[in-house]
Amino acid sequence: MIRAINLILTRNPEVFGITALSLSVSGSATLLSCVWSIPFSLGLALRNFRGKRIAKGLFNALIGIPTVALGLFLYLVLSRTGPLGYFQLLYTPWGIMIGQSMLVTPIVVSFSTSALESVDPELRSLARTLGASDFQTYLIVVEEAFWGVVLAIIAAFNRAFAELGIAMMLGGNIRNMTRVLTTAIALETSRGDIALSIALTLILLGITMSLSIGINLARKSVP
Amino acid sequence: MIPQIETKNVSKDYDSVHALDQVSVSALAGQITSIVGVNGAGKTTLLKILAGLDTPGSGRVFVLGREVHADHLRNHCTMVFQRSVMFGGTVYDNVAYGLRINGVPGREIPSKVKSALEFVNLDGFEKRKARKLSSGEQQRVAIARALALERDVLLVDEPTANLDPANAMIIERALKELSRSKSVLLSTHNLPQARRLSDHIIHLYRGRVVEEGEPSHFFTNPSDDRTKLFIDGELQF
Amino acid sequence: MLANVVAPRQAIPTVQASLLLLVAIGAAGLGVYAYYLLPAVPPKARLIVSTTTSLYETGLLDELKSKFELRYSNLNVSFISQGTGLAMQTAMRGDADMILVHDPAREHAFLNGGYGVNRKIVAYNFFAIVGPSEDPAGVSGESPSDALKQIRSAGLEGRAVWVSRGDDSGTHAKEKSLWKAAGFDVAQLRTEAWYLEAGSGMTATLKMADQKRGYTLTDIGTYLLNLENHNIDLVKLVESGKSMLNVYSVIACNPKNQNMTKTNFEGSMQLIRYLVSSEGQHLFATFGVSKYDQPLFKPYIELIESRIDPELIGWIRDLAFIEGSECPEQFRYQAEGLYLAQGSVGVSLASRPACFEEKTCSWTQ
Repeated sequence: MIRAINLILTRNPEVFGITALSLSVSGSATLLSCVWSIPFSLGLALRNFRGKRIAKGLFNALIGIPTVALGLFLYLVLSRTGPLGYFQLLYTPWGIMIGQSMLVTPIVVSFSTSALESVDPELRSLARTLGASDFQTYLIVVEEAFWGVVLAIIAAFNRAFAELGIAMMLGGNIRNMTRVLTTAIALETSRGDIALSIALTLILLGITMSLSIGINLARKSVP
Repeated sequence: MIPQIETKNVSKDYDSVHALDQVSVSALAGQITSIVGVNGAGKTTLLKILAGLDTPGSGRVFVLGREVHADHLRNHCTMVFQRSVMFGGTVYDNVAYGLRINGVPGREIPSKVKSALEFVNLDGFEKRKARKLSSGEQQRVAIARALALERDVLLVDEPTANLDPANAMIIERALKELSRSKSVLLSTHNLPQARRLSDHIIHLYRGRVVEEGEPSHFFTNPSDDRTKLFIDGELQF
Repeated sequence: MLANVVAPRQAIPTVQASLLLLVAIGAAGLGVYAYYLLPAVPPKARLIVSTTTSLYETGLLDELKSKFELRYSNLNVSFISQGTGLAMQTAMRGDADMILVHDPAREHAFLNGGYGVNRKIVAYNFFAIVGPSEDPAGVSGESPSDALKQIRSAGLEGRAVWVSRGDDSGTHAKEKSLWKAAGFDVAQLRTEAWYLEAGSGMTATLKMADQKRGYTLTDIGTYLLNLENHNIDLVKLVESGKSMLNVYSVIACNPKNQNMTKTNFEGSMQLIRYLVSSEGQHLFATFGVSKYDQPLFKPYIELIESRIDPELIGWIRDLAFIEGSECPEQFRYQAEGLYLAQGSVGVSLASRPACFEEKTCSWTQ
């Protein structure tokens, strides 16, 4: 245990590198997912169409998709003999990023849609009667639901950051290339290097918890 | 004189119910036009169509004689809702929002906000959180918001329904003042208020215009039986 | 102007702020990525080697990677550690460029199926049956077949358990062949209570055996590694004999195979030649010596060159050769100098290739 703390404090470069990689892969995966998820949530929350309830139910259900199932599916797709094989994304950090962005999409969509839906619909009418265009009314809704959307993004990031199945299947746990915190923990545990596993686990938990706590503090302090 | 705004044969259905049926009304600039009727008569629906927040099933809306479509009515009208809705920021933010999105130059905004707030006796309230105000104060902010835009038509839905007399008076005074330069249409079921304020009254019953006229004539000698019942408080939907 | 579309709050327009924040996070993420990884990723060509968990866990491959990349700095080698079965499948899909495994039967099938070319045997060591020091089945020093029979009897009586890899790896394949040689059908054994299947890598299996005070089959490398780390305290009970031989070979993916047209054949050949060169062989000979007082692997080329142990050479031939050679001619491709004359194992004067005189043979440098 002491050795574990020591590894963190002495800034062991490999530990640092693994953490940095985890952060950047999961961070960019979350951001990528937002690009399509948030506009989609706006549509889902504010427009009426046939099958709306089914769509919402579908995304809710997909939140808990097992990472290995998604990982396996994407593995076959990204394989050199698969439909997207041209890009040779398997065993690269980009592959993991794509996989994780798909993993967290249901989370962003579901939570954001909830947050956006709970905004008073009269606000949109109000904005409109003050001269706002459709797009501007959407901005109003997003503004009102801001913290809800932020929480959705943080939840998504935490999920991507802490998942193992996709990183392992699509990344291959290659040292200095696709070895992220979760896959490193799995490897070091199976190798018996418990101290290193504990160090990495502490970092993993530390980051996810401080993010959640930090956001909640920020939210309370905004008047 | 050409009406500032008018509708011709506007109808609107909601779930096979005629919310409005061949309604033709008009309002002149410099006047307050009241729309009275029991709950569910269609007053709010009519105001929303005039404001461009809703489209008529059939019929047309004209501004100064020219037909205007719902999307563009926004540029001519603004509406104050029955239940005041505040944006999440300060009073200043609320009033300034409309000015900002309509392209008013930044340096002109503070003064316009100030005068709008003065008009409703809320001078000095700029930095207060809008959602923390009392409902009377919020309604006044809503009015300030609308008048800051300086639109020609102001639509007000039951402006004083939930307010105490002091607040109600401030608002009525503001509306009276505003009507000098604008066309104000308000809906109400407060008969004394209608009598006090209106230059013209329209009685809406089950989506139809059943009577209209000047207050003096309307209250003393209404031609329609339903209007008589309404005035006596015995009309039901 | 952006101010015209901004939402009410004036102090810091929140939507703008959050957009900026997102962009900042994105930039930071990319920056971190670039700082830490771009030096390693392009512009090198990638060489993806599918390999076994037993090689991976010893740490040999990390050292191999650094030494090899010193020589061939244009290559970025990635070892993907999977069970042998999965490693081969990955290669068959063209997602790896070559394999480094230890299952001659399946390697043969791999070659036969047109998936691989240029197989070379690079190293060997021995498996061992390990178990608790109290040895309830009394197998210490026995032959592998006898030991397994005794373990089963003890198991049926409830005095012992056996932990199998159960994961379709090379070690698992070896285990199954040992049971078969002892006269048992593993499909039957699996239904018996004393036969446990870990479904995991070697270290995890060893730890399970340790926890349950049971027996298991392991390669020497992983065993010593875990013994050293005090993860287990099992002892070696059966460790010699022809049937315990563990032979590691490399096979390059066949660039003529339609799934494998994108593989890095040139890089694969460079690694293969390196592994059979004296530098590569030296790595096998010395890895682990300082830590465990014995090498975890033994270099194959040195064995056949020195001819010290003809019996062992014969065993390897019987176990790991395919149609009389480590790689029959029809499975060779652009492999100049890599193979001696068909069938010969040692270097005889008559069959020395020309490169030998000029000292340009890959395996004498």
